[in-house]
Amino acid sequence: MSYLEYAVKSTPSGFRKVLYMNWPLTLLLVSVASAGFLMLFSVAGGSWTPWAEPQMERFGLGLVVMFIIAMAPIWFWRNMSVLAYLGSIGLLIVVELFGTIGMGAQRWIDLGFMRLQPSEVMKVALVMVLAAYYDWLPAHKTSRPIWVIIPVLLILIPTFMVLRQPDLGTSILLLAAGGGLMFLAGVHWAYFAAVIAAGVGLVATVFNSRGTEWQLLKDYQFRRIDTFLDPSTDPLGAGYHITQSKIALGSGGWNGRGFMEGTQSRLNFLPEKHTDFIFTTLAEEFGFVGGITLLILYAMILIFCMVTALATKDRFSSLVTLGIALNFFLFFAVNMSMVMGLAPVVGVPLPMVSYGGSAMLVLMAAFGIVQSAHIHRPR
Amino acid sequence: MKPRTPKSQGLAYKRLPRRALVLGGLQAAFIGGLAARMRFMQVDQADEYRLLAEENRINIRLIPPTRGRIYDRNGQVIGQNSPSYRIVIVREDAGDIDKVIAKLSNLIPLTEDEIERAKSEMRRSAPFLPVTLADQVTWEDISKIAVNAPALPGVTPEVGQTRQYPRYEDFAHIVGYVGPVSDYDLSQITDPEPVLRIPRFQIGKVGLEAKQEINLRGKAGSKRVEVNATGRVMRELDRQEGQPGADLQLSVDADLQQYAQARLAGESAAAVVIDCETGDLRAMASAPSFDPNLFVRGISVADYQILTQDKYRPLANKTVQGTYPPGSTFKMVTALAALEAGVVGPGSTVYCPGHLKVGARRFHCWKRGGHGMVDLNTSLKRSCDVYYYDVAIKVGIDKISEMARTLGLGVKHDIPMSAVRAGLAPNQEWKQRTHGEEWLIGDTANASIGQGFMLASPMQLAVMTARIATGRAVSPRLVRSVDGIEQPTGAGEPLGISRTNLEYIREAMWSVSNDRRGTAYRSRIIADDFRMAGKTGTSQVRNITKAERAAGVIRNEDLPWERRDHALFVSFAPYDNPKYAVAVVVEHGGGGSRAAAPVARDIMLQALYNGTPPLEAYPTADRERIKEQQKQLEGDRRPKARPDEKDRA
Repeated sequence: MSYLEYAVKSTPSGFRKVLYMNWPLTLLLVSVASAGFLMLFSVAGGSWTPWAEPQMERFGLGLVVMFIIAMAPIWFWRNMSVLAYLGSIGLLIVVELFGTIGMGAQRWIDLGFMRLQPSEVMKVALVMVLAAYYDWLPAHKTSRPIWVIIPVLLILIPTFMVLRQPDLGTSILLLAAGGGLMFLAGVHWAYFAAVIAAGVGLVATVFNSRGTEWQLLKDYQFRRIDTFLDPSTDPLGAGYHITQSKIALGSGGWNGRGFMEGTQSRLNFLPEKHTDFIFTTLAEEFGFVGGITLLILYAMILIFCMVTALATKDRFSSLVTLGIALNFFLFFAVNMSMVMGLAPVVGVPLPMVSYGGSAMLVLMAAFGIVQSAHIHRPR
Repeated sequence: MKPRTPKSQGLAYKRLPRRALVLGGLQAAFIGGLAARMRFMQVDQADEYRLLAEENRINIRLIPPTRGRIYDRNGQVIGQNSPSYRIVIVREDAGDIDKVIAKLSNLIPLTEDEIERAKSEMRRSAPFLPVTLADQVTWEDISKIAVNAPALPGVTPEVGQTRQYPRYEDFAHIVGYVGPVSDYDLSQITDPEPVLRIPRFQIGKVGLEAKQEINLRGKAGSKRVEVNATGRVMRELDRQEGQPGADLQLSVDADLQQYAQARLAGESAAAVVIDCETGDLRAMASAPSFDPNLFVRGISVADYQILTQDKYRPLANKTVQGTYPPGSTFKMVTALAALEAGVVGPGSTVYCPGHLKVGARRFHCWKRGGHGMVDLNTSLKRSCDVYYYDVAIKVGIDKISEMARTLGLGVKHDIPMSAVRAGLAPNQEWKQRTHGEEWLIGDTANASIGQGFMLASPMQLAVMTARIATGRAVSPRLVRSVDGIEQPTGAGEPLGISRTNLEYIREAMWSVSNDRRGTAYRSRIIADDFRMAGKTGTSQVRNITKAERAAGVIRNEDLPWERRDHALFVSFAPYDNPKYAVAVVVEHGGGGSRAAAPVARDIMLQALYNGTPPLEAYPTADRERIKEQQKQLEGDRRPKARPDEKDRA
């Protein structure tokens, strides 16, 4: 309905802001989250506990957070960007020192009511700080080396901190999101060509480091890459996750085995079926039809973000919206590639669907910023 | 780099939508790729993955078949399956394992070994899998656990089946025993059935249980179960019942077997009763014996040592595995060979001066003074050795050996028991082949009285006697029916030995136990319908030196046990219409007439009367003593306490 208000000259104020929100986007988020509740209900064997119910509560909390953030003007968030970035760096330091070990990595801070993953917060903070940076930077300086190095550092510092946790998946996402934002900001394409060339070199170095003292990845990460390249070598060991995931997904067929009928997930052949591998369960139970529906919902979220970004004349709004959309895309693209056997198992959840508190809250907060940009766009 | 004008700043702003569209395009392409991949996996390859998923979740479990039972000829149970209780513990449910085990060992006796084994098994297996803590637990202990169940989380009694032999020692040698499949067993089988890999599955190890394993085992059933990733069974999808093992009925009469076993008690001896008409083995007693149930449960080292160190060799099945020089019981063979060859007639006589010079050696008769003039009948009746040296040299070893084979000596009889030995009926060719030496005339003299190389098992002697009694090639039969299907009898074809010659031998055997001068006269049967014919045998296990012979042969009683003579007796009855043949060997028992003949007579009477015989069947002088003996044996045969109720208490 907000499209009907294009003529409105001034920015809405007070409760009228609610009417100017991007309601289709909100609706899409609710539908995707609902699909998540359904799947969490299913993988728990037809029970709202232990996953579906807390997830719904968190989503409710997330919606509130989104509304609150959406109410604050977008320029407020622009001014908050540097603070958010520095705060996130601080959290990463805290997690490095006092973090809880989980899944063989230091990843979260236990806040009592939820587990906060600073790397999740960093994903949004990085996008915000980069968008603010390019909003501040005169456009003609965009491609000058000195002004390119600053955002590169802004990206690399948290990336390495996350990699040290070690959380390979998230650090790659940070790198990709940051790089994407620089690309959107108009940095000369030659830089990207150089970085890609260097990236290939880095991959080669990482592989060469294997077995030496300065090994850059943990053994289990190397093994995951190995088994990604050839899962059949170790079907009951490290390749188990990918193999079982592919079996579950493939056996879903055209329209799936039916709700709560997925044998693979029901019988625990699927690992982490409520978090990273939840898409497998969805694909097993609802088949190709179910999987493609979720994919379309995701694509539509991206499209609505894109429309918001291109409709605004505010550079920060555009960049932050596109950056958040890119983050969102990377999330589900990496997760789906992983469960379909197209990418190594790196531990990236399916956005809005996978069980997990901080990822969802952070995403909802990010969409709050998108909403704020939409509401407070200059007209 | 060329200087930028404010206009170029506008250009950078313009660049944003373009770049956004490029990035959006890339994203769209990736999403398209994901969709294509999803389609490929879920539509094109769906069937393949569906199959893999089924393989994942469906597991085939075997249902062990019930082992066939074993009955005696009258339907008395000899081998059966009884419920066996074991205590299993599930780690997942038990919580604090050590505490639970400590509580449990206060209730029932648990060895350190059992606890250690269970703990190490628990460390290896999934937490929900039951681990056996104690096997073969008594009902009392199970009830104790049931009462204390609330204090013992994760501990449950499980019921399975185990082999049980209600006749204990009596059938240990015939039936043998079962035990869990060992790695050695598996290595012996080229293509082991999957059922053998079921933990604690029992197979026959020795005796009939081993030889009839295929019949007794049956076919395993299977059930398809749905399992989860850790192997826990979620539900049963379908099941296919197996086929229980076939029940076997033996030809053995359990009561007679029990009597024979009891009658032999205290000796190292064997007795075989064979049915002359059908070849049915009515009893096959080997003493001393052992309790096969001990082996089913897994015998302790101490118990096993007691069995192996006993000089009476309780583990050996002396009826088929023990081979002895048949001694004088072989004389019928020599005589028959001579009669059939026509070298002697029933009336031809030999003079016995107490010895016969064969080549350079002097062969002695057991009677120092000799028997004087002996004919066939007298020679058997009084067991004159010289007569047989003489006729054997006339007829030659090859004919004697052939006759021995005809009568079932030196050939292996096909019965389903362990370690059935063929014995030995040597001939010239055999000695040349195995010893590389010429057969000597002295060897013939030795063989003629069942000494030297000659070896026969008690069962073979029984078969020989049955063949002499009937003139037919009676062969032993142990299994009467399998799964209700009657097995062929061992009645046999006529041997092709002249009836009159057989009649001479039978008459002579009648004289042995019914003529006042016969060697077994004291062990005769006086019931008119059941007159017994027999032959005693005393086989030397040592050489009597010249010096000893000069000084007077040492009496058996004065020798250490293992150097005493074996006592043998073979017999058949009733004389007119032979029903049973009995062979008894008492290892180092001394003289056959004294040690073996009474035993054979008692067992024969027990068989003929199908129970305790009346005292009237015994000679008048013996009746008081027999009465005492019957009373005593009756006492020995009372039902024994079940050993498994005694231990663990």
